[in-house]
Amino acid sequence: MRYVIGLVVLCAGLGCSGTLKRWDPPLAVPAIQSDLRRDQQIDHALSRLTYGARPGDARRLRSLGLERWIALQLSPDRIDDRRTDSILASYRRLGTPTNQLVALTRDARAARQQQQRDSSRTMAAPRRADSAMDSRRALQLTYAEVASAKLTRAAVSERQLYEQMVDFWANHFSVFSGKGQTRVFIPAYERDVIRPNAMGKFRTLLGAVAKSPAMLFYLDNAQSVADSGHRTLGNVRLMIGVGGAGRRARGLNENYARELMELHTLGVDGGYTQLDVIEVARALTGWSIDQRGGAFAFRPAMHDADEKIVLGQRLQSGRGLEDGEQVLDILARHPSTARHITRKLVVRFVSDSAPPALVDRCSAVFVKSDGDVRETLACVVTSPEFFSQAAYRGKVKTPFELVVSAFRATGATPDHTPRSSQIVARLGQPIWGRQTPDGWPDRAEEWMNAGAMVNRVNFGLMMASGRVPGVKVGVVDPKVGAMLSTPEFQRR
Amino acid sequence: MQRRVFMKNGALALVTMGLSPTLLRRTVFAQDLVRGSASLGNARGKVLICLFQRGAADALNVVVPHGEPAYYRLRPTIAVPRPTLATANSAIDLDGFFGLHPSLAPLKPLWTQGILAPVHAVGSPSSTRSHFDAQDYMESGTPDRKSTKDGWLNRYLALRGTCEDCGPGKPDSLFRAVALSQQTPRILMGPAPAVAINSFEEFAVRASGAAAENIEAMYATGRADVVHAAGGEMVEAMKALRASNPGQYQPRNGAEYPRSPFGQRLRQIAQLIKADLGLEIAFADVGGWDTHVNQGGATGQLAARLGDFSAAISALVTDMGDRMADVVILTMSEFGRTARQNGSGGTDHGHAGCLFVIGGSVKGGKVHGRWPGLEAEQLNEGRDLALTTDFRSVFGEVVRKHLGATALDRIFPGFSPSEIGVI
Repeated sequence: MRYVIGLVVLCAGLGCSGTLKRWDPPLAVPAIQSDLRRDQQIDHALSRLTYGARPGDARRLRSLGLERWIALQLSPDRIDDRRTDSILASYRRLGTPTNQLVALTRDARAARQQQQRDSSRTMAAPRRADSAMDSRRALQLTYAEVASAKLTRAAVSERQLYEQMVDFWANHFSVFSGKGQTRVFIPAYERDVIRPNAMGKFRTLLGAVAKSPAMLFYLDNAQSVADSGHRTLGNVRLMIGVGGAGRRARGLNENYARELMELHTLGVDGGYTQLDVIEVARALTGWSIDQRGGAFAFRPAMHDADEKIVLGQRLQSGRGLEDGEQVLDILARHPSTARHITRKLVVRFVSDSAPPALVDRCSAVFVKSDGDVRETLACVVTSPEFFSQAAYRGKVKTPFELVVSAFRATGATPDHTPRSSQIVARLGQPIWGRQTPDGWPDRAEEWMNAGAMVNRVNFGLMMASGRVPGVKVGVVDPKVGAMLSTPEFQRR
Repeated sequence: MQRRVFMKNGALALVTMGLSPTLLRRTVFAQDLVRGSASLGNARGKVLICLFQRGAADALNVVVPHGEPAYYRLRPTIAVPRPTLATANSAIDLDGFFGLHPSLAPLKPLWTQGILAPVHAVGSPSSTRSHFDAQDYMESGTPDRKSTKDGWLNRYLALRGTCEDCGPGKPDSLFRAVALSQQTPRILMGPAPAVAINSFEEFAVRASGAAAENIEAMYATGRADVVHAAGGEMVEAMKALRASNPGQYQPRNGAEYPRSPFGQRLRQIAQLIKADLGLEIAFADVGGWDTHVNQGGATGQLAARLGDFSAAISALVTDMGDRMADVVILTMSEFGRTARQNGSGGTDHGHAGCLFVIGGSVKGGKVHGRWPGLEAEQLNEGRDLALTTDFRSVFGEVVRKHLGATALDRIFPGFSPSEIGVI
């Protein structure tokens, strides 16, 4: 017992935090107030703050102490996770820089086109075909690893609350891998934008998302150009077109500006107008992508340099990148944003109905802490509402949660192939596969229907048999196996 | 939380305690359905198939106003060319003013037969340009009112022929309303039964007899909660579907469905209709219409979407044959797109759009709705096709004239429909 505590706690030194930065100071968690028995509290904490209990987790948590365990989960940098690091070391393509993926995509496309031309004439040139195959294969392997690694981390990481927050933000700032080139930008999006900022300040995360090629491409801001009625900061003729379309044309694209306010910050009833959408879109013109390197680029020639008024605040004329930064400041610190984000956290961790008093209390923490995700989260997951009879076993698992909890219950780990993530896709929640920018729903009735239930039951049966394509499952204890396809296992 | 699953599970729980005769009757029907669904279904009843084009289809390039000079001024590089026999890449003329996008060629015969009715400049009066809001409004049937909990198709179902109203021997089919989707769509959410099925092949518990029965029993009884409710639906649906033997299905009349997900969904809708399981409302959706960038004109991105869309619908109509007399297909999309092309060879979120009503009882061969024009002063907010027909007028007319609904004021509360004459 002592050994386990030691392993988890005695990791306060900088050495074992891996790539995670430190969040100081560690948050103190006061004694939990709850109408649940202590064993239920522990069960509840495991089913909500982790992706489901592994055999022995309840015992380990009890000996460490519930409050201390939560405090640790809120400071993931202090948790030893070297086992996960060593498993992930075998995912060699996770770190592939975007510029390399851009180059591979270009090669694959060029080779394919050449192949088409060749084959229309005579026989295909085999060497070219091979190189097309190689590039395509490299890309496929990379994308498969991204999805598989997400499952692996969720299943094996000791930093369970942190992994939940990574998933929360990936879903809050959802992008769709199937829209054009978006896929190319997703490895870096998850690795460099979402993961490092999942428990930091909201404004930092929002800014990183706003400058991410994934979001700039997915919601079209990379294409948005000052309308011809407005002057720009440079000669538009010199502008390099993005995506090969409309090279000489100009025009505002409101897509990102609208979702930025409706989904990412204020919420749909957050108090903005169509005029605000246009003004925000104008402020963000020029926030684009360097197509060669696949990195953020501010293009003065695309930027509308006239004055704008956003939610009543004046943005002076003649500025560049600062326009967008100021818009993000305004939005990140707006009270509607605090409510919107806090409410989503409460729905995720507490209950579909999101108790209004809890949303009020914790959004006040969001405001007071200047949008500190960790502090807001601490408010939510240590609240009496969280540890209440009303919330206990009251959430229905999403397909991703169902799959990962089954992995954890049986000690299974996904392999590196796309087959593991296809399990989640078949259950209705493909990883990075939500088409619309609103992310996957987090309410029971969205996931519960006859069709979904058949797939869930069949997944449980498959896991129990230990024969799941794409997953390393050991010998499954028949008792655990029988549990996997029950109604109770659909809940957390 | 007020989904039907709750009611139903509550029903099962009450039945066990012997408390509710109405609900007991319902459970008895469910048993009957299991024993011999084909004989009990509402065989050869009227069917409405709703198809949602999610993402806002670009109406002006779907039903093309080729007689409108402004159309070509507003869209210098993405307009569909005026009809000409010289090339297939031009609009297919309908009435000298409107034409179909060339990728909609499979729908032209339906126009000629008089069973295809486009409605133009139709949509939601809400000024929202948000996909989510606009889809929500089109599915809830209450534009600009977010508090509506149920979908309008579910309100139709609930008002007409729930088991409280229907006499003995005429049970509500479990397959009365089916969405070919992973999740129950908003339009079918509410207290009346609706089943979401992604595909028939996947719809069976993969276990041996005893194990499967054990699982079915676990889900069919137990707590009155959303999990058991969905589980109970699952068990009933599996039994009924097994009885109808859908694996043997062969499309008729040489119909060929596209292999696309949308094509396969329409194929399964046809299967369900022909299985006589009492299907009355079917729903499927298809994405890919949010063409902000590089949408193309007569060819390209949008053309490819339309090709799949029209081939699937055409196959369904062919497959149904004479049965189209009882079937209406209603297409919809949350709004249209800007009349003017944007800086990226695409179009942004607009206002009014167009839709198709197809069926034996439809007054086709005519483009319905008043055309508002595309000159600067005729556009909505100076940028979009203006709205002249509220979508609720069309939807209301379809459920009233095709399905015989009466209480339209409860399906579309607070709305006075206009006569369109599309049916």
